[in-house]
Amino acid sequence: MGFSKEQFLARLQELQIEFSQYEHPVVMTVEDQAKYVGNSEGGLSKNLFLKDKKNRFYIVSALADTKVDLKVLSQRLGLGKGGLRMAPEEALGEVLQVPLGSVTPFALVNDSARNVSLLLDQGFKGQEHCLFHPLSNDMTISLNVCELDKFLRSIGRDSSYVDLEANPPVGKDNPPDLAALVPSDSIVLPDLPEKAASLQAPPKAHVVSDNKSTDTTAKATEPSRKVKNVKDKPVNSVQPSSSFKDVGQFVEEILDKTSALLLSEITEESIKQHGQQLGVVVSNCIRERLASELKTDTTLYMQTAYTEGFHVARKMFQSTDTHHQFRCL
Amino acid sequence: MDRKAAEIGALEKENETQQDQEEQVVNPWEVSAKEGGKIDYDKLIDKFGCQRLDPSLIDRVERLTSRRAHIFLRRGVFFAHRDFNDILDAFERGEKFYLYTGRGPSSEALHLGHLIPFMFTQYLQEVFKVPLVIQLTDDEKFLWKNLTVEECRRLARENAKDIIACGFDIRRTFIFSDFDYVGGAFYRNMVEISKRVTCNQVVGIFGFIGEDHIGKYSFPPVQAAPSFPSSFPHLFSGKDNLRCLIPCAIDQDPYFRMTRDVAPRIGYHKPALIESLFFPALQGETGKMSASDPNSAIYVTDSEKDIKNKINKYAFSGGQDSIEKHRQLGANLEVDIPIKYLSFFLEDDAELEHTKKEYGAGRMLTGEVKQRLIEVLTKLVERHRRARAAVTDEMVDAFMAVRPLPNMFN
Repeated sequence: MGFSKEQFLARLQELQIEFSQYEHPVVMTVEDQAKYVGNSEGGLSKNLFLKDKKNRFYIVSALADTKVDLKVLSQRLGLGKGGLRMAPEEALGEVLQVPLGSVTPFALVNDSARNVSLLLDQGFKGQEHCLFHPLSNDMTISLNVCELDKFLRSIGRDSSYVDLEANPPVGKDNPPDLAALVPSDSIVLPDLPEKAASLQAPPKAHVVSDNKSTDTTAKATEPSRKVKNVKDKPVNSVQPSSSFKDVGQFVEEILDKTSALLLSEITEESIKQHGQQLGVVVSNCIRERLASELKTDTTLYMQTAYTEGFHVARKMFQSTDTHHQFRCL
Repeated sequence: MDRKAAEIGALEKENETQQDQEEQVVNPWEVSAKEGGKIDYDKLIDKFGCQRLDPSLIDRVERLTSRRAHIFLRRGVFFAHRDFNDILDAFERGEKFYLYTGRGPSSEALHLGHLIPFMFTQYLQEVFKVPLVIQLTDDEKFLWKNLTVEECRRLARENAKDIIACGFDIRRTFIFSDFDYVGGAFYRNMVEISKRVTCNQVVGIFGFIGEDHIGKYSFPPVQAAPSFPSSFPHLFSGKDNLRCLIPCAIDQDPYFRMTRDVAPRIGYHKPALIESLFFPALQGETGKMSASDPNSAIYVTDSEKDIKNKINKYAFSGGQDSIEKHRQLGANLEVDIPIKYLSFFLEDDAELEHTKKEYGAGRMLTGEVKQRLIEVLTKLVERHRRARAAVTDEMVDAFMAVRPLPNMFN
């Protein structure tokens, strides 16, 4: 569950962060917000919640007057010219867990936002105080930039201040200067509606390969996997398939592929053609066609299992202050 | 053989100084053919002093491993070697070896040409059941390119994911980045190596000049050190006699010529090499693919549509201008890129032969050949993408952890 405004404010107090708060009616725009808190000494912020084509999310928090050009930012991040756009409404709820109109750097306190990258206007540093919503747009809090940094540190985040108005050239000899701020992981939203057409993330993140023979049967036996194989724009933001961790699922998939191939090879024609030998023929065909794909899948399964084991072992022997909680007997 | 190599090394120094634009250039930082022609691999083998991989060696590999030889061996993609025979001799006697390969992580975009040594190395690991170290030369990229250290390290981790997607056995594979790993025993070997190579030698081998910064001069030992088992005490402690086999593209040969020259002087086996051709650019065989021209190559991130478009639009065709002429004269298989690509990736020998025959005789059209290639490449890229999607940061951490690899030879 996401933090409520009250829980968040309590957290700020726990961290002994200095701030002032102003309550006001719900405001949806910076102009409206300015009507209520514009005269307090502080830089009003505008906060954009953005997403790129690979389902990675960003919060760009800037002084209200700073010009933010999404095309330029997109290039500076290494996403190409039109790589950035406003994130859909659903993402606000799913990823940031804040209501509409409440985008704020503080949303990063929520675990669901752990892969969201934060870009802060370096203009904030020049202000005595800056104004942000505390997870809800019926209040504004004012705090010094150092206090903001203190908060970000407490949730394990770095503060990345960027000159948002800069427009450096990006090309072969000038790599995108903000590329390091691109999140390493994408966030797959469940049940994304038709609107976000070009990049549909299937709920169980199972990518059906272009192998024609496996398509139909796989879909028939697993109706819960709404795989939309969007033509010409394959999903390149898929999260690792959970079948590499789940034995049952893994075996199901192997059997799906095998039986799909089997069924497609046994036709009236092939029966007529091979007669009694059909079994041998189909068996060879399955072996030939599936061997390398199954090998790849099984290798991935093994790699995933090893990785899990490795990290458990590391944890066991890392923390010395747990009074030998984990021991090898 | 070493005397020959040394001789050739010396000859090379001379050649370098008199080199006119007429000669082809092949070194780790530049690959270009003679004016408008293609790379002359025979000349290269001659000049470098390595040897052709002949069919008898391929047969031997099949016998020793009880498996059909990898497509890259059958089709002559890996075509040259140094001391691969010795590796096989030792293997037959029950002596194991380890594999060493690497990548310079200069960009996030990997193309098919980049995957080739990794695909082949994965096969070698699987059939010989041996451990593998993979070096990510993030320091090299920092020294040669306009990138920050952070960016190079980040690219190294990103590239590691694509490398892992090639299916390496995590129980036998150690991936490391120079910026993270150099030190300790590895560094001690680097210094031992550097003491045995003169400035004149690196100038002769790599073409460094007085204005080059010293980082470039001091880099070659970093790429040489992994050839020696003592560089990895957590893996090969007490196994100083372990041999090393390095699969790589032939432009990396200079590093290892230098390494082989040094090896006996510090008491180790010379590393063996098995070398590949360059994967030709879509536009034709005048050099290797370039990461900076997106239309010269098929990238692992290309969609089905991208692949179709690139092959149809940019793949250089050896077919004739008109259908009539084509039916009459047939295609020029020597320069046809789709046929070349198919020879790299179309598994079925019979189908490839048939295609070459029909296309060469003019009975098959360029469109059909391209269509088949698109199918083959799309399947390859899809499989890679699927595997890549399953690689997590935790998995990268595990591959890159300095950890023992028990049973690495079983």
